[in-house]
Amino acid sequence: MKFDLFVIPFLIGFNFLLLYLITKFTLWILSLTSEEKIKLRKHIFSFSLFKSLREINQEVLLHRKIFKSNLLLGYMHMSLALGWFLLILIGNLQVKFFSPYPFNPPYYPIFLKFFEPNPPSYPFDKGFNFIMDLSLLLVLSGVFLAWIKRYKSSLFGIKKPTIHTRGDKFAIITLWFIFPIRLLAESLSASIYNNGSFLTGTMGHILGSFLPAGIFLYAAWWAYSLVLGSFFLALPFSRYLHIPVEPLLIILRNAGIKAKKEINTFAQLEINACSRCGICIDACPLSSTNNTKDIQPTYFLRNVRYGIQDSNVINNCLMCGRCNTFCPVGIDSTEIRLAKRIEQNRNTSSNYDFIPINKPAKTEVLYFAGCMTHLTPSIKKSMTKILDASNISWGFLDKEGSICCGRPLLLAGQLESARALIDKNASIINSSGSKILVTSCPICYKAFKEEYKLDIEVLHHSQFILRLIEEKKIFVNKSVQSYVYHDPCELGRNSGIYSEPRKIINHSAHLINSALEKEKSLCCGGSIGNILLTSAQKMQIASEVFHEIDSEKADALITGCPLCKRTFSSVTEKPVLDIAQLVASNLIKTLGAETKGISKKKTDIEVYSRTL
Amino acid sequence: MPVWGYTINNNNQIDFDLKDLKIFDRLSCSEPSIKLCIGCGTCAGVCSTGNYTQFSLRKIISLISRGEIYNLSEELSKCMLCGKCSLVCPRGINTRNLITNARLVLKELQIEVD
Repeated sequence: MKFDLFVIPFLIGFNFLLLYLITKFTLWILSLTSEEKIKLRKHIFSFSLFKSLREINQEVLLHRKIFKSNLLLGYMHMSLALGWFLLILIGNLQVKFFSPYPFNPPYYPIFLKFFEPNPPSYPFDKGFNFIMDLSLLLVLSGVFLAWIKRYKSSLFGIKKPTIHTRGDKFAIITLWFIFPIRLLAESLSASIYNNGSFLTGTMGHILGSFLPAGIFLYAAWWAYSLVLGSFFLALPFSRYLHIPVEPLLIILRNAGIKAKKEINTFAQLEINACSRCGICIDACPLSSTNNTKDIQPTYFLRNVRYGIQDSNVINNCLMCGRCNTFCPVGIDSTEIRLAKRIEQNRNTSSNYDFIPINKPAKTEVLYFAGCMTHLTPSIKKSMTKILDASNISWGFLDKEGSICCGRPLLLAGQLESARALIDKNASIINSSGSKILVTSCPICYKAFKEEYKLDIEVLHHSQFILRLIEEKKIFVNKSVQSYVYHDPCELGRNSGIYSEPRKIINHSAHLINSALEKEKSLCCGGSIGNILLTSAQKMQIASEVFHEIDSEKADALITGCPLCKRTFSSVTEKPVLDIAQLVASNLIKTLGAETKGISKKKTDIEVYSRTL
Repeated sequence: MPVWGYTINNNNQIDFDLKDLKIFDRLSCSEPSIKLCIGCGTCAGVCSTGNYTQFSLRKIISLISRGEIYNLSEELSKCMLCGKCSLVCPRGINTRNLITNARLVLKELQIEVD
C-alpha cells in the first residue's frame, strides 16, 4: 500500500465527510414515520426506482432543469457535476485495471499520478488517460465559467445572485481551486516523466520549459490534498451539502413522501438540498417589482437550516409559489414556509361559535361565492345569471353573508383557527347532500380541495362553466374581442387549472397569449399570503405586473380570481373581467326554460352559435 | 331600558387610571398604519364576522387607541382574517397584520382584564 504524508489533509476531510453523511442519512431515514418507511421500501424494491435513478441522472449530473432556464448556467453545473463524477468513476476503474490489489485506499485513485507517475503499460492505458484528461478539462471549463459568474452573473441569466455567508464563500473558494491545482500537480508529474495525455501532457511540456518541475511537484500535491480536504470539511456546513442530499430527496419524493405543514424529515431534506443558487430571487415577484431581495427561499431555507428566526423573512412572502416552478432542485419552499408560520403561531386559537349551522336545501349544485366574490358583486351576479340560464337546480350557500373558507388563516399560520372554520364549513356543506360545490374564488377552491374532506365534487367556476358549455347546458356567443388571460396563483400554479379558463375564452372571444402565463404567471400582489405588505406596496406590484402582462391588442384582462380582479382594477383604466362576467355577457338567453324540449330550436341556436 | 327604542349610552369618558396605551404604542411600531384610521367604519360594513356578531374593527381600533382593552382578546379571536376589510379600507390600513399583531401583543402583555 502506497502512502505519503501529504494525503493526510485529504484523508481527514474525506473520513469526516463520510462519517457525517452516514450518520445524517441514517438519522433521516430512521426519523421517517412508519408509513413513510413502507412507501420508501416499496419504491426501492420496485421498477419505479429506475424512474428515480433516471431523474438523479438528469438533475444531479446533467442538470436538465438549469439547462432549460439558461444554457450557459446549465453547462456550468453540468460540467462540474458530470466532469467530477467521471473523474471519480474513471479514476477508480483505471486503478482496478492495473493495481494488483482488489482494494485500494480512497486516496490512491485521486493521487494516482503521484503514486504511479510512470506506470507499466496496462490495457487501455492511453484511453484511460485521455478520458481522465477530457473529464478534467470538462470540470475546468465549468470552474472557469464559475469564476466569470462571480463577476458577471447576468451572462448566466441571473440578475441578482445570492449573497453568501462567509462559510459558503470559503467552500466556494476551495472548490474553485481544487481542479486548477489538480491540473498543475498532474502536469508537473507528466512533465518530469514526459508522459500524460493531451491536457496534462501539453501543460507539462509548457510548465517544464520554464519551471523546475521537481521542486514544485511535491508542493503542488500537498496543495491539492489541502484544498480537497478543506472542501470536504466545509461541505456538510455549506451550500454544497445539496450534492449528496439531492439524490436522497429525489428518491423520497418519487416514493410519494411529502412535507405536511410541519418540518418533517422530508422538509429537512428539502432544506438541506437547497443549493442557494439564487434562481428563486429572480423568479420572485417581490424582488422584481418591490425590490425585496432578502426573503426568497434561498435565504429563508438558509435561516431554517441554521436555526435563525427572522419573522420578516418567514412572513414577507406572497405564497404564490413561483419560486418553486423555477427551483432546479424542485423544493416546495412554500410548504416549508407555511410550516414555519404554523410553528410561529402555535398558541393562537379562535372562537367561531357564533357561526350558525344552517342546513342548506338539497340542490344539484351548491354555489359558494366566497368573501372576495362578495366584494366583487359583478362576479356573483354573473354566476347567478349563468346558473339560472343552465336550468340546473342550484343553491347559494353564502348568499346571506360569507363565512371564510379558512385558507387566509392557514396562510397566516393559524392552523388551529383555520381548522375550526374548516370543520364548521365542512359540516354545513356535507349536510346539503348536493352533488357539486362550485366556488368563484380560487383561494376557497384550494382550501375545499385540499383541507376539507368533502363528500361532494368541488369545482372552480371556470371548470363548471366549461362543463356547462361542453354539455350544451348554456350557449355563448363568440365575440370579436381579444383578451389576455392572467393565471391566478391559487388557481394555476397552486391548483393546476390552466386549460379550462382558456377554453372558455376561446369559446366566447379571442385569446391573446402572454409571455408570463401558466406556471410563469406573476402574482398580482393582492395575495392574502402576505400580511406584511402595505397597500401601497401591493398597488405597486399590481401596476408593474399589469404592465408586464397587458397587451395593446387586448380589449380587457380576464382572470379567474376575484382578488386578482380587484387588485388589478385599482391600478388600471382597462376593464379587468372575471371569466364568469365574460360568459354571462356573451350568454345566449333564449335557451331558458321555455325552449327546453324543443329540439329543433335548440339545434338552430347551436348552428347559430357555431357560425358566429 | 329601550322602551321607545332609545337607551342611555354607557359612559364614554376615558378613565385615565384604566387607560393603557401600551398596546397602541407597540402596535404603532409593528403596524404603523393603525394611526391612519379615520373611523369611517367601512371595515365593519364588509366584515364577514360582523355579519353574525357585533364585531367591528372600527370599534376595536378606537378602543385600542383609547387604551380600553377589556375583552379585547376575546373579541379579536372572532376574526376570520379573510382580509375584506383591508381591501375596502380607504386609508390603506393593513388590517390583517394589525389584527394578528394585536393578538400577539395582547398575549405578550398577558392582558386578561375582564
